[in-house]
Amino acid sequence: MIAVYKKELKSYFINMSGYIFIAALLLFAGIFVTALNLRGRSAAFEYALSNMTLVFLFIMPILTMRSLAEERHSRTDQLLYSLPLRVSDIVLGKFFAMLTVFLIPVAIMAVYPIILSAFGTVNFAAAYGALLAFFLLGAALIAICMFMSALTESQIIAAVLSFGVLLLCYLMNGIALLIPTTAIASFVGLLVCAMLFALIVWFLTRNSVVTLIAAALCVLPLSGFYYFNRPAFEGLFPDLLSTLSVFDRLNNFILGIFDVGAIVYYLSLTVFFLFLSMQSVEKRRWS
Amino acid sequence: MIEVKNLTKKYGDHLAVKGVSFTVEEGHIYGFLGPNGAGKSTTMNIITGCLAATEGTVTIDGHDIYEEPLAAKRCIGYLPEQPPLYFDMTPYEYLMFVAEAKGIYYEKALLLVRGVIEATRLTDYQNRLIRNLSKGYKQRVGIAQAMLGDPRVIILDEPTVGLDPKQILEIRDLIRELGQDKTVILSSHILQEVQAVCDHVMIISNGVLVASESIDNLDSLISPTNKLHMSIRCDAETAEQALLPIDGVERISMMQTAGDVLELTLETNREADPRDDIFFAMAELRRPIIAMRYEESTLEDIFLRLTEDDAVEAVAEESAEAPEDGGEAYTSMFSTAGYRVEEDVEEKEDEA
Repeated sequence: MIAVYKKELKSYFINMSGYIFIAALLLFAGIFVTALNLRGRSAAFEYALSNMTLVFLFIMPILTMRSLAEERHSRTDQLLYSLPLRVSDIVLGKFFAMLTVFLIPVAIMAVYPIILSAFGTVNFAAAYGALLAFFLLGAALIAICMFMSALTESQIIAAVLSFGVLLLCYLMNGIALLIPTTAIASFVGLLVCAMLFALIVWFLTRNSVVTLIAAALCVLPLSGFYYFNRPAFEGLFPDLLSTLSVFDRLNNFILGIFDVGAIVYYLSLTVFFLFLSMQSVEKRRWS
Repeated sequence: MIEVKNLTKKYGDHLAVKGVSFTVEEGHIYGFLGPNGAGKSTTMNIITGCLAATEGTVTIDGHDIYEEPLAAKRCIGYLPEQPPLYFDMTPYEYLMFVAEAKGIYYEKALLLVRGVIEATRLTDYQNRLIRNLSKGYKQRVGIAQAMLGDPRVIILDEPTVGLDPKQILEIRDLIRELGQDKTVILSSHILQEVQAVCDHVMIISNGVLVASESIDNLDSLISPTNKLHMSIRCDAETAEQALLPIDGVERISMMQTAGDVLELTLETNREADPRDDIFFAMAELRRPIIAMRYEESTLEDIFLRLTEDDAVEAVAEESAEAPEDGGEAYTSMFSTAGYRVEEDVEEKEDEA
């Protein structure tokens, strides 16, 4: 894993992408801190961070699009497969390299609250708590975008896919408000999700039996619950969407609340998408 | 060293490799020979763990490639058809990465990388970007990568494709050097190359292993007669009486008259060349020879014959009947191996 990690990290600084990523993040951090903290005369660094999440939509795809797609495109994945490396070594090595690139601007941003403290009273606990959540949110987004890169051979498609998914995550709360809170609406929404899940299973396995089983495992219990306990479905789907909304889980930290649930959510999201990436890379050998 | 059993690979409905089995002994250079799309690369990808087989097993030095992939992969160095290079690295950086990924610690890696760079004559190029190297040098970096860490088996997929003649000779020399203390498996669709480098050849066609012989044996399996095509201004009876007694003439396989010219094809012994005697015999009878064309049977004939579609089917059927004893079935293929007209051979070479 360390070999892949070192090689990846180096390649981010041989190519422009690492520098572009760091520069973009720091540029926007500078703009938001100047606007909100310095010009706005506020010592709350968290507010600048909460605005920064929008930047993720554009720069995360730039960081991650190469990771697995380019490997496949230039056939270097054959080298990695033939070397004595596990799939987890490859995926984790690449993930931690991207995480390290992301850690650099975050570490620089960690200086900002100290600078702000020269001009006013900074709540360090709130600022650094928010920064930690900001970092973990970034890690989860990197894992999501890396999975998109594992799905395709083209960097451009990987970037567009990643941007689409991140945009959807960003707008999740707004979408949740659009959905009626009736029981039937929630039921239909969950059914659509089950179908999407089955579709993903089909794309990953190309096996109709497995797909049918996966779909049945989702749809049958769902229909059962709906039949016996209809009131529980009222407002369930919108609630679920806003709970799962990746970006909005940061809000508690911005308000100065250390939300352990959100930390666990970000970590499990990261692990889940890393797992999916590994499966996707492993599956390619079986095609 | 390597044991491949009943390997089958399906891409959707397409059978790329059908029940291939063979064993590779230590210390030989093996050649995988077959026309394009015969399943050579697929087989090699499966042996090295880059692809999963639909059926069958691969054991490398006692380690199954699926059960103990890491132990098995440590025994192998692999150069895929397209050298897997990171273009934004220099050969030195690239080889250091591969060494580290193969689990070699830093001090030893420095030493080994210097060793393979010297062996592949990359010293002057080690600090240029791989992107800027010519195809031949890229190929060398690929081979250097496969050599790193002293694997016992080196597998090279079409190592000379796309190189110029001088580079081809250099790469062949390098492979011969490697073969002195390692097992090398290389694939090629060019017979001469396999003949020049390997000491054992496996011919694969349409996903079926149609022959597995040592190079020396292959030579002895060539049909024992050559062909002589002649046009003589003579009648059939006289020609037959005059030609058959000549030393080296085995039989007349074809005879037809066109006007007053007799066209015939003789089968002659490979050891003796009866052309001089035929000339003088016909001269004595005052029958002019208008044309004479001598056709020697070569390994190329065997190759073409074996990779023809119907031949493959025949072998597939035979091996299906006696799967345990597939090796024996091939000999009958050789004994019936006959001739092909030269034009076909040239066509094949052009394609190559």
